[in-house]
Amino acid sequence: MTTRIVVISAGLGEPSTTRMLADKIAASASEALGDAQLEIVTLRDLAHEITDASLTGFAAPRLQHVYDQVTAADALIVTVPIFKVAYPGLFKSFVDAMDSDAIIGKPVLLAATGGTARHSLAIESSLRPLFAYLQAFVVPTGVFASPHDWGSSGENALQRRIDRATGELASVLRGGGTGRSRDEDIDLFSDTMLSISNPDLR
Amino acid sequence: MQIGIFTVGDVTPDPVNGTTVTEHERIKNTVEIAKKADDIGLDVFATGEHHNPPFVPSSPTTTLAYIGAQTKNLILSTSTTLITTNDPVKIAEDYATLQHLVDGRMDLMLGRGNTAPVYPWFGKDITKAVELTIENYQLLRKLWDEPVVNWEGKFRTPLQNFTATPAPLDGVAPFVWHGSIRTPEVAELAAYYGDGYFANNIFWPKEHYIRLINFYRQRYAHYGHGTAEQAIVGLGGQFFMRKNSQDAVNEFRPYFDVAPVYGHGPSLEDFTSQTPLTVGSPQQVLERTLEFADFFGDYQRQLFLVDHAGLPLKTVLEQLDLLGEILPTMREEFTKRRPAGVPDAPTHAARVAARDVAATEQEVTR
Repeated sequence: MTTRIVVISAGLGEPSTTRMLADKIAASASEALGDAQLEIVTLRDLAHEITDASLTGFAAPRLQHVYDQVTAADALIVTVPIFKVAYPGLFKSFVDAMDSDAIIGKPVLLAATGGTARHSLAIESSLRPLFAYLQAFVVPTGVFASPHDWGSSGENALQRRIDRATGELASVLRGGGTGRSRDEDIDLFSDTMLSISNPDLR
Repeated sequence: MQIGIFTVGDVTPDPVNGTTVTEHERIKNTVEIAKKADDIGLDVFATGEHHNPPFVPSSPTTTLAYIGAQTKNLILSTSTTLITTNDPVKIAEDYATLQHLVDGRMDLMLGRGNTAPVYPWFGKDITKAVELTIENYQLLRKLWDEPVVNWEGKFRTPLQNFTATPAPLDGVAPFVWHGSIRTPEVAELAAYYGDGYFANNIFWPKEHYIRLINFYRQRYAHYGHGTAEQAIVGLGGQFFMRKNSQDAVNEFRPYFDVAPVYGHGPSLEDFTSQTPLTVGSPQQVLERTLEFADFFGDYQRQLFLVDHAGLPLKTVLEQLDLLGEILPTMREEFTKRRPAGVPDAPTHAARVAARDVAATEQEVTR
């Protein structure tokens, strides 16, 4: 059976770094899961409906369709920008207008972008508590991308973190827990390790 | 088996008499300690390299050359030379110069350095410490092993037609140890080049060091330098002794209780049972040290920390006198238990001889 994943991008810019991160994670998840159907939802496109729902207390059809997709999904990938310590208000309004039991027990991968590496724990300090309240099943690895990570030297580290997180999500969906445990083995094949016997790989 | 001492070079207030030695006194005391080590027949004296107070040894080769001029048999080494923040060209030249001055009576131990602020002082990035270690060491090897170097890397300006001067004594580079307690890449680097690997074996339970030593031994064999048992391993250790073990405990306790690193923490009793520190009689120190070989395998170099935590010079010199008394037995017991195939610790003379034998064999083959 095809796995359905909804990828939420709460980036407000156009183009959006948060969307770039969402796309990278979606590609990695697609590879990790094999047969998966991914739907990317950009909250910016639903800004009016979200505000309306905050005021009226019900979701207009386009927004309701997204909530239905979220509820029906096998897993979620949530990607937010970090503004002033936490996710943007639009994202919180989107969550506030959602049924409070919509994602109970659902596997979720959390990701964020920030303007500086000093926001690195924002996923842990702001997103995780929210999803704990929603009783979702959040995978252990959160993916935070600072501007440094998009540079050529940081690219590999970000990709490794993404692949680790999507690997956890795939393992959870297959019923194998996070698929991870304390790693006692020394990785002989990391780029750094290989550069010792072959300086050309430095 | 080489037995010696290594110093961090800390200037720490003496908690018993309340005084603190000046930097000048600490440097001069270090020389006295090294001379004493030579007098009692120790094989090795190694100094740390630090660029921040309360440590004084920022210029190891200067100190070692001065000691070298006043000692006869002592092998002069480091614990450690910073391979990350020093320019490998300067390391090649400084240590080759020292090697000539002391007629080969030296080697060096490379380490990363884990004091974060030091890296930017030398224009380096601590997040790149492992990469710096690898690249700088690969360059250092070329500078010592190849007469003319053309080289380009990430962390230093390229070198074209460069020759490091002086060339190593007798065409044989100083022996290199790599010190690390948690970085597998450093153990891999030591194994790949067939260099020595040193675990400081102080302040933490000895179980902590076994994983990387075993990894180094396996990789040493993997790269064809010999069997895992033949890999070149060095260990640290720490003691405080008096003829009567209770005297040792009573005298050392006030130093222990406020010492840098572990002071204000576990009790002396807990710490001595959980880490390689031995506070007691010379016989106890002897027995505990010999046990290291049971745990880590037969090894080549044992260095003790004897001069930290504000211990006065007089006390340190007395510690060395006591070490001198058990030294012959310690050496004999280590030698007795060492299997035939396990090599002795490397010296310049032995390495020159090995090089000559290899050259002759090649000649014969041809």
